[in-house]
Amino acid sequence: MKNQIKLRVNGLDYEVYVKSNAILVDVLRDELGLTGTNKGCGTGECGACTIIMNGNAVNSCLVLATDADGAEIITIEGLARDGKLDALQQAFVDEGAVQCGFCIPGMILVAKDFLNKTPHPTEEDFQTAISGNLCRCTGYVKIVKAIKKVSESE
Amino acid sequence: MSNKGKYTNIGKRIPKLDAVDKATGKAVYPQDIKLSGMLYGKILWSEYPHAEILEIDTSEAEKLSGVKTVITARDMPPTKLGFAQDNPPLKGDKVRSLRDEVAAVAAVDEDTAARALELIKVKYKPLPPVFDPEEAMEDDAPQIHAEAKGNRNKLHYAFEYGEVDAAKAESDVVVKHRFKLGWVKHCCLAPYSCVAAWDGAGKLTMYSPTQVPFLYQRDLADILQILPSKIRVIQPKIGGAFGSKLDLYPNEVICAVLAKKAGHPVKLTYTRQEEFKCTPSRQPVIVDVEMGAKKDGTLIFRDAFVILDNGAYTSWGATIPYVLMNSITSLYRCKNIRFNTATIYTNNAYSGAMRGYGNPQGTFIVERMMDILAEKIGMDALELRLKNCNQPGEVTPQGFQVTTCGLRECLETVAKRLDWVHKRNKGKNQTGTIRRGVGLASFIHVGGGARVYRSDGCGAVVKMDDFGHVTLITGATDIGTGSETALAQITAEELGIRTEDVTVVNDDTAIKPWDVGIHASRTTFIAGNAARKAAAKIKANILKVASDLLDEPESDLEINDRRIFSKANPEKNMDIDKIIRRAHFREDGQTFTAEAFYDPPTQMQDKEYRGNISVSYGFGTQGAEVEVDTETGQVRVLKMVIAHDVGRALNPMLIEGQLEGGVSMGIGYALLEKLVVEKGEVKNPNFLDYKMPTVKDMPPIEIVLVETNDSAGPFGEKGCGEAGTIPTAAAIGNAVADALGFHMFELPMQPELVLNAIKAHKK
Repeated sequence: MKNQIKLRVNGLDYEVYVKSNAILVDVLRDELGLTGTNKGCGTGECGACTIIMNGNAVNSCLVLATDADGAEIITIEGLARDGKLDALQQAFVDEGAVQCGFCIPGMILVAKDFLNKTPHPTEEDFQTAISGNLCRCTGYVKIVKAIKKVSESE
Repeated sequence: MSNKGKYTNIGKRIPKLDAVDKATGKAVYPQDIKLSGMLYGKILWSEYPHAEILEIDTSEAEKLSGVKTVITARDMPPTKLGFAQDNPPLKGDKVRSLRDEVAAVAAVDEDTAARALELIKVKYKPLPPVFDPEEAMEDDAPQIHAEAKGNRNKLHYAFEYGEVDAAKAESDVVVKHRFKLGWVKHCCLAPYSCVAAWDGAGKLTMYSPTQVPFLYQRDLADILQILPSKIRVIQPKIGGAFGSKLDLYPNEVICAVLAKKAGHPVKLTYTRQEEFKCTPSRQPVIVDVEMGAKKDGTLIFRDAFVILDNGAYTSWGATIPYVLMNSITSLYRCKNIRFNTATIYTNNAYSGAMRGYGNPQGTFIVERMMDILAEKIGMDALELRLKNCNQPGEVTPQGFQVTTCGLRECLETVAKRLDWVHKRNKGKNQTGTIRRGVGLASFIHVGGGARVYRSDGCGAVVKMDDFGHVTLITGATDIGTGSETALAQITAEELGIRTEDVTVVNDDTAIKPWDVGIHASRTTFIAGNAARKAAAKIKANILKVASDLLDEPESDLEINDRRIFSKANPEKNMDIDKIIRRAHFREDGQTFTAEAFYDPPTQMQDKEYRGNISVSYGFGTQGAEVEVDTETGQVRVLKMVIAHDVGRALNPMLIEGQLEGGVSMGIGYALLEKLVVEKGEVKNPNFLDYKMPTVKDMPPIEIVLVETNDSAGPFGEKGCGEAGTIPTAAAIGNAVADALGFHMFELPMQPELVLNAIKAHKK
């Protein structure tokens, strides 16, 4: 039994048929082909699948696809505009925050949401913002540095 | 160091070449691959840690709609996998651990494959299991492999140098302790995933995250009983490796056999739970160690006996004593050494290679013991290390020829930045519930390759096109460390162009030349030397042509920033691409391609474990300042100071990234990470219950890169990919002991362990 849902993803409208138990991360990856959203655990523990849904960063593995019906979604593929990287993407690249890269789309989107909502972050705010996103490669040092750089330039 | 200014590419903070793809979601990992007609595979794991398999009935699973193929041991070749060839990819007669593969399914989607697994009926006859390696050594212990008497693995590492027994008698101070270090996981953010596709002519393409594509190709060919040339290995982006992909494991063989039998490509991706339960971990060890010194601090002897829980099968990880031994024999100067091991089969899941490869364990033991020795002698722990510090020109008991060595500078730098003089030994005078302490630890690790295989080499092909752009085809895999960027920098520097002019191809065995694999911090060093050698050949050709065109002697010509000019008459110059085109589009024209292979001048160790396995050795020191809450047992790292001898920092930004990431892995090892294994079962197979460091666990990190400019390395470089992980736990362990005024001998120092130790100490 499949249900039709409508999603607006990165400015494009999609109509997809999904199983009742389908989770959003799988729909984005398998149905829409947006494989930039990575699936690291499927249980909301690692943050790799973070997307921005209706203006909030969420773990897309914890969202039932049917519950996302009508949602406006930004994935990592939707961040660059007219071939120009988003400031966060550029900072992650320039500061050496990217290694294996698997956590990076989630990190960038959670940071995007954080900066959107936190005009004057404190030192601790930066840490709290990404504390739900795991990275095994970088020790987080350059990730925090990249986010700070964007925060300071805004 | 003085010639730093002359480089265009070396020493620059150049971003990783694939960083943009990774930051925009364009990077393709194995899990992202979708081929036409592709099916999804799943593995049925054993229900018992030790049992005979009496019967496997797959008939119901085969009938399920959407299931294409079910395989069992009957569908597999009779060959076995692993370093000791003791691991059948699917188990037919017996299971020896809960991660044993019993059957596998390929179906139209993962849900269907999972449902099919539930329909497979396996009849087992449970056998008594054994989980403790010391119990497994006893005479009446259950026998896990019929051919391994007393559960002893054939791998045995024994080393002796000097006169240990006489040295014991000569020592003024002797300390003896038992260390127990448990399992930790790699925690690659990408769960293991691979795709197998056979073409009509019987050729297999594997999309694999392997770290060793050429050894993998050979091993897979052996087990499938086909020619290696029938296998092509394509390495998509690898979402974390850290040693976990150093072996060919059963999942990839199963994937290939499923695809063959199904006549469809098959993708097999682990869940996070499987990633925790069914992939290798760092090897747990029990080490009885004794060390002695003279009153003046001269180290006299070291005597270590290591018991390794091998688990049920033998991977490359079982060879970690080879490296663990290095820290015992070669970290600081000591002339009487005895080292011995017992590698014991148990019904636990087996371990594998992990960043540092036994060195984090070995360094923890040596460096904790150095502090304990210093205390017993009544000497400052830094002074003891400086007194016995490794130095250039030294040959260690195992025959390591130390060429460059910046260890003294590393020790002094860390001590200074840690404010050692004022902060050390203040633990005893503290009265509150929060105690502070500082500690430091050093390491020695291979820094110029590691000859653990017949060849430690890497091939490179360099091609310059008509536009002056270069393609470097290297055997070397990049697992995210940035080695591909360092290789591009090396190639560009040699050719007088810019890093951005270089494209690196490194992901396809059908294209790239041979390389032994990415491990042992060897890639930038070995593959860098190969790339530089190939680039130098092209450069010679270009200069020859330019000499004709500019009418200047070759010896007078130089390439700098994409331009060739005469040093004597700088007005005589030409853009490099123009010269290439002139040479190409003419009668008897030519193109510019060169290849090179670099295999370092090192020795395979003999049966006594002697031999110079690396051209150069990396050294470094790390210092930690910690705070221990004596009411909760919580340890917090306030600061980590790092000084590492990296030869030359080709790309400081990427090196810092390796060190910072290494520190976080080391903090996990020291304080947080514990794979809880009870009766062979992993009890915490998720990121909630297995705590790897988050951003909040990270202290500020100060990094000093010490440059000793090693002449064997590309532009002076020495390897440092594993370095950050190696001494971190030891430094933290020493700092915790400094804070509390007593010693602990286990990892991780989770609050429970610390609190119990505090209670025990009060008694």
